[in-house]
Amino acid sequence: MSNGARLRQRAGAALWRRPWLRGVLTLSPPLLWFLVVYLASLVTMLVTAFFSVNSLTGSVVYQWTWSNFSQILTQPVYGSIILRTLVMAVAVTVTDALVALPFAFFLAKIASRRWRQLLLAMLLLPLWASYLAKVYAWINILSDKGVLPGIESRLGLPTTHIAYSNIAMWIVFSYLWLPFMIVPIYGAFERVPDSLLEASSDLGAGAWSTFRWILLPMVLPGVVAGSIFTFSLTLGDFITPLLIGGSSSNFIGNAIYDSALNGGNLPFAAALAFVSIAIMAVYLLLARFAGAFEAL
Amino acid sequence: MSSLTSPATPLTDSQQGIVLRGVTKRFGTHVAVREVDLDIARGEFFTMLGPSGSGKTTLLRLIAGFEVPDAGTISLRGVDVTGKPPYQRGVNTVFQDYALFPHFTVAENVAYGLRVRRVPRIQRNDRVQAALEMVRMTEFAQRKPAQLSGGQRQRVALARAIVNEPEVLLLDEPLGALDLKLRQEMQVELKRIQRQIGITFIYVTHDQEEALTMSDRLAVFRDGQIEQIGPPTEVYERPATEFVASFVGTSNVIVTPAGRAVLRPEKIELTQGPPSPGHVGAEGRVVDVAYLGMVTRFTVELDDGRSITAVRQNRSVGGEKDSLLPTSEVTVSWDLADAFPLATTSGAESQPG
Repeated sequence: MSNGARLRQRAGAALWRRPWLRGVLTLSPPLLWFLVVYLASLVTMLVTAFFSVNSLTGSVVYQWTWSNFSQILTQPVYGSIILRTLVMAVAVTVTDALVALPFAFFLAKIASRRWRQLLLAMLLLPLWASYLAKVYAWINILSDKGVLPGIESRLGLPTTHIAYSNIAMWIVFSYLWLPFMIVPIYGAFERVPDSLLEASSDLGAGAWSTFRWILLPMVLPGVVAGSIFTFSLTLGDFITPLLIGGSSSNFIGNAIYDSALNGGNLPFAAALAFVSIAIMAVYLLLARFAGAFEAL
Repeated sequence: MSSLTSPATPLTDSQQGIVLRGVTKRFGTHVAVREVDLDIARGEFFTMLGPSGSGKTTLLRLIAGFEVPDAGTISLRGVDVTGKPPYQRGVNTVFQDYALFPHFTVAENVAYGLRVRRVPRIQRNDRVQAALEMVRMTEFAQRKPAQLSGGQRQRVALARAIVNEPEVLLLDEPLGALDLKLRQEMQVELKRIQRQIGITFIYVTHDQEEALTMSDRLAVFRDGQIEQIGPPTEVYERPATEFVASFVGTSNVIVTPAGRAVLRPEKIELTQGPPSPGHVGAEGRVVDVAYLGMVTRFTVELDDGRSITAVRQNRSVGGEKDSLLPTSEVTVSWDLADAFPLATTSGAESQPG
């Protein structure tokens, strides 16, 4: 046996005798990445939120202050931006959940193998397409010279003017994030054995009772898991509001973009990001109570 | 189907439990159940026995209403239920995997059928209590199914079904997942509960011993048809076909002057001298000895080349395995009255199904 091979064998045996060492070695690269790249930058940003900017020179003043936060809390424009973002995130989440439940049920419990594969492919295919392409496609559909008003006028119906409004954002967001809601709910339905549905029917329950008392409680963790995606993705978005939102459609993301890149006020942008993170943290805590993490 | 399979006397209305006529079920090109006629009396413990794929479970699911037959009718107490969903049939099922609702407690599981049928709460609580007492699970009422053992889940599944006071209880291999000891305990329990509430039990199993122990009558299934139907002693002692003879217990098929006959191993005498008076027999040589606990099984090769299986009870410590060794010369003999003739037209080789 060569020296190299012998050395490798001895190293392997030494590792085998020390499970803790194996754990340290496998965990340290991702842990290092997480600590340095992710957490450190996050902490830097959050600390920045408590600094301010000299209005004359535009340079950051490294002095502890609550001014950014008091500005966010007192100026009504930020209140309405935060409220708009929140309401939209909730509306998109609820819409996606309502669409996804019957779709995922069909996919998991009714569709034949062939249909299931086809529908899953159709569901996941748009995820390969660029986000921008999809938003522009919706502009093409909804704008005044677009597909939808075109069909409406041809059918002699009154034409709608949805584009560049909150309704347009709601439609586009719901479309964009729908797969992220369907997939976990589909998984949750898959985990419900058919015999439970048969047992429910056997015990006297009609379709609604079975859905209400057996299926819904069992797939609810899946719904909450999906809602984490739809909620956070909507909460953090700033491109869809920019492209298809109306004149007053700013999200928290747009306000961050504005103050960071146009206003040159990084501390204020960081404070806004803080708000975003806080909302998401509260949401995740609530989701944890609903048992969503077991369904992910 | 063999002519031996249908019960001789038609049941009166008050006795009538379940009546199947010409029930057929196909899955694609496979015929799972083929034109089955069956009459089960009220209060009967009826077992459907057969190897996997013989159609017994499909027939149970047809009676439960989980499958719709392609042909034939199913009536319950004189009412045609063929086109009715499970919850309009007055039957309840105990599932093979128990199918307990994991997010409900034991009590909630048992109460579910009463709740969806809008039984008032007070009455509901009493009945749940009574059902849990019946299966001796009262102290576990507030547990979740995940916190129970297999045998306990089985009891809850049983309580959840009987609390609805069905006319017929369907049991799909309910003891299949339990170990032997627990299975034997539950067999006794099931019989006790059936006697106590006096409803019809239709029991599906592939375990012939279970079928013989528990049933008032049993039907042996093969390829979607009933091969034989009757009380356990009749099916065991007088199997209609070679298939029944081999599926229910071990058996030897011998040729007698009257034709082929079935001879059970425990009815065969092995002697090293002349056979008992009145016995017929043959000479042979022991080729295999197997100690099975309660009995010892001997395989004997007769001089004409055929092979016979015989068992002896292990009356003494150490059993019988030393009494006859492989290569021992023995006389194999039996009372001709113990050899049950097989119907000549019906048999595994001559007529499939």
